[in-house]
Amino acid sequence: MSQSMEQALQEAKAVAKNVRKNILVMTNRAKGGHPGGCLSATDILAVLYKCYMKVDPKNPRWSGRDYFFLSKGHAVPAQYAVLIEMGFLDREEMKDFRGVEGRLPAYPSCEITPGIDMASGSLGQGLSVANGTALAAKLNGTDQRAYVMLGDGELHEGQVWEAMMTSAHFKLNNVCAIVDYNKLQLDGSLDEVKTLGDLRAKWDSFGWHTVEIDGHDFEQIYKAFAEAIAYKDGPTVIIAHTIKGKGVSFMEDEVGWHAAAPSDEQLEIALKELS
Amino acid sequence: MMIAPREAYGKALVELGKENKDIVVLDADVAKASMTVLFKEVFPDRFFDLGIAESDIIGTGSGFAVAGKIPFVNAYANFLLGNGWEQIRISVCYAHKNVKIIGHNIGASSGKDGPTHLPLEDIALTRAFPGMTVIEPVDGIEIIKAVKALAQHVGPAYMRVGRLPIPVVTKEEDEFIIGKANILRQGSDVTIIACGVMVSKALAAAEALSREGISAEVINMHTIKPLDKEAILKSVKKTGAVVTAEEHSVIGGLGGAVAEFLSCANPVPMQIVGSQDRFGVCGSYEEIHQVLGLTAEKIEEAVKEVLSRNSWR
Repeated sequence: MSQSMEQALQEAKAVAKNVRKNILVMTNRAKGGHPGGCLSATDILAVLYKCYMKVDPKNPRWSGRDYFFLSKGHAVPAQYAVLIEMGFLDREEMKDFRGVEGRLPAYPSCEITPGIDMASGSLGQGLSVANGTALAAKLNGTDQRAYVMLGDGELHEGQVWEAMMTSAHFKLNNVCAIVDYNKLQLDGSLDEVKTLGDLRAKWDSFGWHTVEIDGHDFEQIYKAFAEAIAYKDGPTVIIAHTIKGKGVSFMEDEVGWHAAAPSDEQLEIALKELS
Repeated sequence: MMIAPREAYGKALVELGKENKDIVVLDADVAKASMTVLFKEVFPDRFFDLGIAESDIIGTGSGFAVAGKIPFVNAYANFLLGNGWEQIRISVCYAHKNVKIIGHNIGASSGKDGPTHLPLEDIALTRAFPGMTVIEPVDGIEIIKAVKALAQHVGPAYMRVGRLPIPVVTKEEDEFIIGKANILRQGSDVTIIACGVMVSKALAAAEALSREGISAEVINMHTIKPLDKEAILKSVKKTGAVVTAEEHSVIGGLGGAVAEFLSCANPVPMQIVGSQDRFGVCGSYEEIHQVLGLTAEKIEEAVKEVLSRNSWR
């Protein structure tokens, strides 16, 4: 491991730790939200923002920025928490999560939240949007990249497969999709509700470069994004095997934590575990 | 003179493409029907065919808008709005992205392709989106101005474009401003508010009515949303009766928009001419209009009906 990578990953780990805590604080205060799918996505988001995303917190709409789209919009507390760490948002704003005031609605809104480029909350739409920004970057001759995170249950949506064909057809090597493959959804396990079968083979056959990793291993995450950037022949998907509720003992792999807020007692226990 | 709206639209896109390098055009495998093929021939690098994937094309258009482009997204109206409705709702309207959604082959203009291909609900569908602008240019001259106005306008917009030639009722020098209705014929007994091809039929009806001593004012309501309430109120306060006409269902379209406004602001006897609660049929453009009751005669009948209510009162 190179020294620079090691240092970058230490920083990303510190970010992830704070993000996890803030996800729990936000959902506890709001008495609602989706902590399970936030915690599974946290490590990936921390590495992506800390090590790769070209963005400017002082100028969120900087025209040269990289794009990130959280297609699984219910995990937006994780993105808010990352944006706090990156300096886009103020820590104090967490009190407004899911509230009538403030800039942190339950699902992403690009109109009011700095650092967020697209609304989501209706699943399946993010990859199409990422493709549009990637095509625009190609047209402009810039090296901007478009990242999109999809839930695994979200892959049931047909639009995702339409968009997968679009990315491959236009050889969008500036598109990188991440599947947060935590294997649980609202109604139960993915395999119970509707199995994805051989997910890697599906992406492969759609013309994508496929990288499969442990989505909580920082070195693997770091290398996967590097591989996506290096791959020039088309789009790359990172299939990240993750654990829903990762980092909080009583939430891990529990389907009930898809959409439920921790109580004050549970928050206290969780924060202790994470400190 | 007759011009097919889609022909004028295709040419207008080419003109616009020359003036503004941020214009990009997306199509869903109907470029030869939508006539975006004209743009493709001149600007191949700014034309994107996404295949038969209407949900995807809306999202991709929205992505272009995120990156500062002005996308014109094209497909047959019923497929684009039917498959892309939720994408338009979230990725375009809620996100407030500058995407121009162009619905083709509107109303009965797909003719013999029949019911599956005859969108009679698209105004209702698009009018319901918060912040969406909804436009139906009246003819092949106005559509050129509408395309330019859409490119200037910042925000989500939907425009209806017909396939078959329709009469030209405006002149080159006539003004087109989004949200501002044009009065094509002054009158004092009844206001006829129409859009698209039905404006020419409203003018024919007004001419016939004048021979019976009825003076009808005809308004080209090319912008269905936002509605030009001022123009409606001014005319209706003068005439005291209103008839609307559209190549669309009577549910949720131009008539619905006018009724929503007038029933609260200034109720007057009103009739809505349009397709009833039904699908279209296979047939020629004129045959389908006859079956659906989209004729000058129907407008005349409606005018006489609202006027009879006024005299009865």
